[in-house]
Amino acid sequence: MQKLIQWIDARLPIVDAYNKHLAQYYAPKNFNIWYFFGSLAMLVLVNQLVTGIWLTMSYNPTAEGAFASVEYIMRDVKWGWLLRYMHSTGASAFFIVVYLHMFRGLMYGSYQKPRELIWIFGMLIYLVLMAEAFMGYLLPWGQMSYWGAQVIVNLFGAIPGIGDDLSLWIRGDYLISGITLNRFFALHVIALPIVLLGLVVLHILALHEVGSNNPDGIEIKKNKDENGIPKDGIPFHPYYTVHDIVGVAVFLFIFCVVVFFFPEMGGLFLEKPNFEPANQLKTPAHIAPVWYFTPFYAMLRSVTVDLFGLPAKFWGVVVMGAAIAILFVLPWLDRSPVRSMRYKGWMSKVALAIFAISFIVLGYLGIKPPSALRTGLAQVLTTLYFLYFILMPFYTRMEKTKPVPERVTG
Amino acid sequence: MRNIIAGLFLICLPVLGMAAGEGSMPLDHMEPDLSNKASLQRGAALFTNYCMGCHSMQYARYKRVANDTGIPEELYEDNLIFTDAKIGELMKNSMDKDQAEAWFGNPPPDLTLEARLRGTDWIYSYLRGFYKDDSRPMGVNNVVFENVGMPHVLVNMQGLCAVKPEIGHQSRIDPLSGNEVNDTACPEWAIEGTMDPGDFDAAMYDLTNFLAYMADPVKLQRERLGMFVLIFIAIFFVFAFLLNREYWKDVH
Repeated sequence: MQKLIQWIDARLPIVDAYNKHLAQYYAPKNFNIWYFFGSLAMLVLVNQLVTGIWLTMSYNPTAEGAFASVEYIMRDVKWGWLLRYMHSTGASAFFIVVYLHMFRGLMYGSYQKPRELIWIFGMLIYLVLMAEAFMGYLLPWGQMSYWGAQVIVNLFGAIPGIGDDLSLWIRGDYLISGITLNRFFALHVIALPIVLLGLVVLHILALHEVGSNNPDGIEIKKNKDENGIPKDGIPFHPYYTVHDIVGVAVFLFIFCVVVFFFPEMGGLFLEKPNFEPANQLKTPAHIAPVWYFTPFYAMLRSVTVDLFGLPAKFWGVVVMGAAIAILFVLPWLDRSPVRSMRYKGWMSKVALAIFAISFIVLGYLGIKPPSALRTGLAQVLTTLYFLYFILMPFYTRMEKTKPVPERVTG
Repeated sequence: MRNIIAGLFLICLPVLGMAAGEGSMPLDHMEPDLSNKASLQRGAALFTNYCMGCHSMQYARYKRVANDTGIPEELYEDNLIFTDAKIGELMKNSMDKDQAEAWFGNPPPDLTLEARLRGTDWIYSYLRGFYKDDSRPMGVNNVVFENVGMPHVLVNMQGLCAVKPEIGHQSRIDPLSGNEVNDTACPEWAIEGTMDPGDFDAAMYDLTNFLAYMADPVKLQRERLGMFVLIFIAIFFVFAFLLNREYWKDVH
């Protein structure tokens, strides 16, 4: 065995890579519960890839056969129901885990210098993930698949000048059809997963170059012992590998409760209208995207005024796009001298809390059909969402921060 | 920090409450029991005899239904397959879609997934919600599905209510089954049925139960397996936890 490793290592630096990324990658020893979600995202990614490959073996990507082939997987393919529920639950789990992972970043300032690139790669992952989820959702070819895609692709039509041609180009047809299904299938199973995997590699390489942040927001590399090892650091393997396994067990328990007992999650993970095949002549009474898109959907619907001769729908799309785009520049909006929420002032804490609540309530509003009251509420919350970012350069500089300790605490 | 978050959540609660207010049609509740094979068998018989002429179950196979409900395959083939289909085939029917549309306004939908689409309460209430309405082409209407195109197929069993039956209003809980019964829902009958209302409700329970099974045939197996999986993960957690504690006991 040792000889084999030597033989390979002389030709491919596996020992070096193992040390660099696992055995001698020193992570701060004070990670808390929020630091599980990165490795859990990797786990869910693998789950999606593996179950996805097997689903592809029985799925029929045509408008005529897609819906029936999903039921074929559910009923006739051995363990097909398990593969499908793991994949559908995995999609929602991916977003839960990623949202918590991003919230961790916001809380402990993990996007601040020198980790701007990690944050940007992460945001790109999130963006690709949204495209991946959106295209995957069309594949079961149910009513909500169909009309959800119709609504979202039509949004591109709101762009002045090129809009109609653009949405026509995306669909490949005048309405969502088998042609759209075929291309979404290709993008969902080949193009986007490749991009996603590449971005995940970049995300981790960039992380391992500068090292992990921690709940105190302290740079552990500033305090090294005589061997050049950070005093507050411990090797990722075995310490955090065994640590993450505990998190994996807890996660899998919750995940399996959903997969085996509540696969529809009350219509949140699998929407009820999607148990009816797509019908282009019958619009569902209420079209709602899956829960992980609903905060942005609520923002889109909250814009109700035409401005500068352009329709409200266009400005809704702009707001929705800006809500995601503004996250990219976050590293340059935070002017605080400290990273972690533990040492920031009260303004940052209140701002983050309001931001998180706005996002959650917007998500709730996006599921519900609109009403005057809900639209008004969504307008307020959308404004609060943006104020969190726009005012950040001011409140992070104005507020009084607490002194940051030299070494990590607890 | 925690106090601030908790406080802000409390402020949001009344707003959420306001945003949630929504009316929905009252329905009678039924609790599907997929382990009740006698009920599923009666439901399968009812469905095959009264529904399947118009409504297919095109994603399901006869054989699976026979095996899951405990009906011997030969018995099933002799009594519950009216076409020349083999037992391993999908449960399609021969109604022509275009003709069906001309007859009913809409082709009768496939019902394999109906219970997951509409919910069992809806089906149970719908099946018992027909009443006489001469303004409709079929002479009947439904309190759950306004202006439905479907005729009252079970009229000789239930009879036909002369007025709108009170679905979801004055039901009582049947002490034996624990389900809601609405046997006084119709005060006046235009046509008398062969069954009394309580028996008809029980038959509709079986039919709905069968549809619940059809929509999610793997449910019982899934939940049984799920228990074992969860027990395994729980044990795995204990070992993972102990392993983690062992490694971390020297880290301060």
